[in-house]
Amino acid sequence: MTPSSKGERAAIVSGDRRGPLNPGVGPAALKNLFRIYLEKPELAGIVLLILLTVAFEARSDGAFLSPDNLRGILGLLPEVGLVSIGVTILMICGEFDLSVGSTFALAPMSTSLLIIAGTPSAIAILLGLAIAGAVGFLNGFITLTFAIPSFITTLGMLFIARSITVVISGGFPPLLPDDLNTSAFTQFVGPGGLFRASFVWFLIIAVAAAAMMARSNLGNWIRATGGNLDAATSMGVPARRVKLFCFVLCAMMAGFGGIIQVFRLHSPLPSIGDGLELQAVAAAVIGGTSLYGGVGTVLGAIVGALLIRVIDNGLVMSQVDANWFKFAVGTLLILAVVANVWLRRASRRIKLEV
Amino acid sequence: MEAPLIEARGLQKWYSGVHALKDVDFKVSKGEVVGLVGDNGAGKTTLIKILSGVHPPDGGEIRIEGRKVDIETPRQAMSLGIETIYQTNSMVPTMSIARNLFIGREPLRISILGFGFMDQRRMRRDSVRAIADVDLHLRSPDALVGELSGGERQGVAIARAMYFKSKVLILDEPTNHLSVKETAKVIGFIKALKNQNVTGIFISHNMHHVFQSCDRVVAMARGEMVFNKPVAETSIDEVADFM
Repeated sequence: MTPSSKGERAAIVSGDRRGPLNPGVGPAALKNLFRIYLEKPELAGIVLLILLTVAFEARSDGAFLSPDNLRGILGLLPEVGLVSIGVTILMICGEFDLSVGSTFALAPMSTSLLIIAGTPSAIAILLGLAIAGAVGFLNGFITLTFAIPSFITTLGMLFIARSITVVISGGFPPLLPDDLNTSAFTQFVGPGGLFRASFVWFLIIAVAAAAMMARSNLGNWIRATGGNLDAATSMGVPARRVKLFCFVLCAMMAGFGGIIQVFRLHSPLPSIGDGLELQAVAAAVIGGTSLYGGVGTVLGAIVGALLIRVIDNGLVMSQVDANWFKFAVGTLLILAVVANVWLRRASRRIKLEV
Repeated sequence: MEAPLIEARGLQKWYSGVHALKDVDFKVSKGEVVGLVGDNGAGKTTLIKILSGVHPPDGGEIRIEGRKVDIETPRQAMSLGIETIYQTNSMVPTMSIARNLFIGREPLRISILGFGFMDQRRMRRDSVRAIADVDLHLRSPDALVGELSGGERQGVAIARAMYFKSKVLILDEPTNHLSVKETAKVIGFIKALKNQNVTGIFISHNMHHVFQSCDRVVAMARGEMVFNKPVAETSIDEVADFM
């Protein structure tokens, strides 16, 4: 761009004086800030994560970042993190899944019952994932075929899948064989045994998902489908199949998260994952995912999930009544969306041009 | 004589009992920019939707360079070289310019069964060039399309069509929803098409825009073609009398 046309744009910008954001004060710096925010919506979450970590570390007299405590935070992260990544990808393509909490229970319940019935555990895990995938497919198929909001389809599925889980469990948690080897997910690995093996699984899946979203043509289609369905269709993107794929992927991620949790607890409780769907949506939104589709990143989903874990744990460590946890998450969620809307409106007001 | 680049014969279309296209013949020669005018409901958009594969015709045939073709999906139309730019623009605001340019046609470095990693360096480089070709100059191929003005977005859409070497570029009221200044920009893009030897169909309500940028003007009314003359041999008043 030539210097003269840059000057012209600056003139356009300073011509607009409405609102509190008078661009007379350092408009260039402000504009850059807005631009970075629009292009990398997960950055705000990362900044907050760092701030909170520092605050909790100080308030807990260094206990927050101790290996023991980190082990607790990172041990739980894969379970919620996987669900959040799945939900985020589905939200980017413009759909919702409220049934992930139930799928989170149904898949491991199926896997556990298969193991108890004598199926080799690897096959039982794959079958559990297949059942989760089937739930996702059904969600997508019903939503797309009857053109109803996925909010409704998956709200229905939330009840249906939970009910099936309780019914097949026989009413109380079945017992996993004592000699079942779950070390592929539960053993502590890494320096100082800081991570569980599940964390390695989580990292591999997260990197693969991030690569898919950021670098593959499929990722481009997912974002286009959620960002402007008409444009995607008219450019030849198979939007229906893209959405179906995201529904299935999301449900399988939830199922896998559930399987990891059940192996950690060594008991397939039919009630696990209750309310997890809302926590996953919260994590996605706090991580910068838009409810309207087309915006969001895998890294954002992880940051969102980690923020929720950090708040949960940090409050306890700094000796605040743990009942404030949901209060904090709720506040953060509302603030994230308000900030999002406000920043978008403000950036439009200062006429962000390229 | 060379066969017309695109030719439709006897096109028919009904929409739930309404005869939207009545036996329409329409052809465009290579390198020509045709203006298609008419009131709302005259059948312009119906004709365009058939040519761009959005709706199938109920009768008639379409030939491209003399060869009979079936256009059943937008994808097929694009692979035949027919690219359409709609009034509501066909860009994804939350994606970068480079990514928008290649939606559905991403160049891949490695791929299995059609899925793979995009060649992002090439996408950036080629999009900068494609946009410069339509005389539009933007900060960076990584800027989000949502940051662009309406006119600039249409410019990117035109650049996209040019990049993929479309034979026929259909512009369906590309200046709707745009300010006067932005409209002038888009008209400029259309005028520039001629220099690049691109064939175009420009649909518009605004006769002035058509007379500024087209070689021939075709008017439709009540599902029929009612007027068809080179711009040089007619006037705005004469066309208006037929509508």
